[in-house]
Amino acid sequence: MDNLRPYRSFVSYMDRSREYYTAQGYAKPYAWAHFDDVPFAPLSKPLPECRVGLVTTAGRPRTEGTIEILFAKRETYANPADPPPTRLYTNDLSWDKKATHTDDIDSYLPVNRLAEFATAGRIGAASPRFYGVPTDYSQKSTVERAAPQLLEWCREDNLDAVLLSAL
Amino acid sequence: MCHQTVSLVARHLEANGVSTAVMGCARDIVEECGVARFVFTDFPLGNPCGKPWDAGMQRSIVGSALTLLERAWMPRTTVQTPFVWDNDGWRDAFMRVDDGNREALIRQGEERRRLQAQRKTGR
Repeated sequence: MDNLRPYRSFVSYMDRSREYYTAQGYAKPYAWAHFDDVPFAPLSKPLPECRVGLVTTAGRPRTEGTIEILFAKRETYANPADPPPTRLYTNDLSWDKKATHTDDIDSYLPVNRLAEFATAGRIGAASPRFYGVPTDYSQKSTVERAAPQLLEWCREDNLDAVLLSAL
Repeated sequence: MCHQTVSLVARHLEANGVSTAVMGCARDIVEECGVARFVFTDFPLGNPCGKPWDAGMQRSIVGSALTLLERAWMPRTTVQTPFVWDNDGWRDAFMRVDDGNREALIRQGEERRRLQAQRKTGR
């Protein structure tokens, strides 16, 4: 035992954001998604035969400096994974900008690491594209628009499995 | 919010036969939503796949996600990676509300609502 703590170690972002936005004057707390049932798809073949893709919430690179950036419309997208991107747009997302940075793309979209696993034979192949999904307060928008689009791209690229990473 | 978005997408892919693993740092949001496989790293938000420029750590975390694809036998399987951040200061600092910033937060909220209203009316 390293030490004793009177509280859980990991941060509850549901609690933290509720308190933060209440302090900003928002009266109604955000209602987060909760499901009792969780779908589960086992791998249909050995991993070294699988095609694997990546999904990120980071956006396509964009020009900084407009007032509209706060409310800029983000979109679902598919971009080539080769050559690998060196950076994506993350400034509009709520990650911890004081504690860290996103200058290394593999810290949030492991496109080079996945390619290495493909070269080593740990997976069959990395998808030729990676996929971006806009972070959206509207769960309905994510479920009804973004998720079906991503599934369609996964099928177009014959993917067996997907790794998703959140900023 | 990013964690909820990828969790919802992962659920949709799983329901349609695509195996998934989520990599993230907001444990409560992902587990509340409920996903098939989750690789949790207890880092500040921003580097769910490992520290910047630490290829070895990134390889380990992505490798854990791949292993989870192979070995998880039921949904809601979470593994926590062994990595720790350099310090714990970020835990209390992120989205902190205290007497030092309470008035500033009220002003930020008012400004945001003003911009939102302005945008809605197209002016």
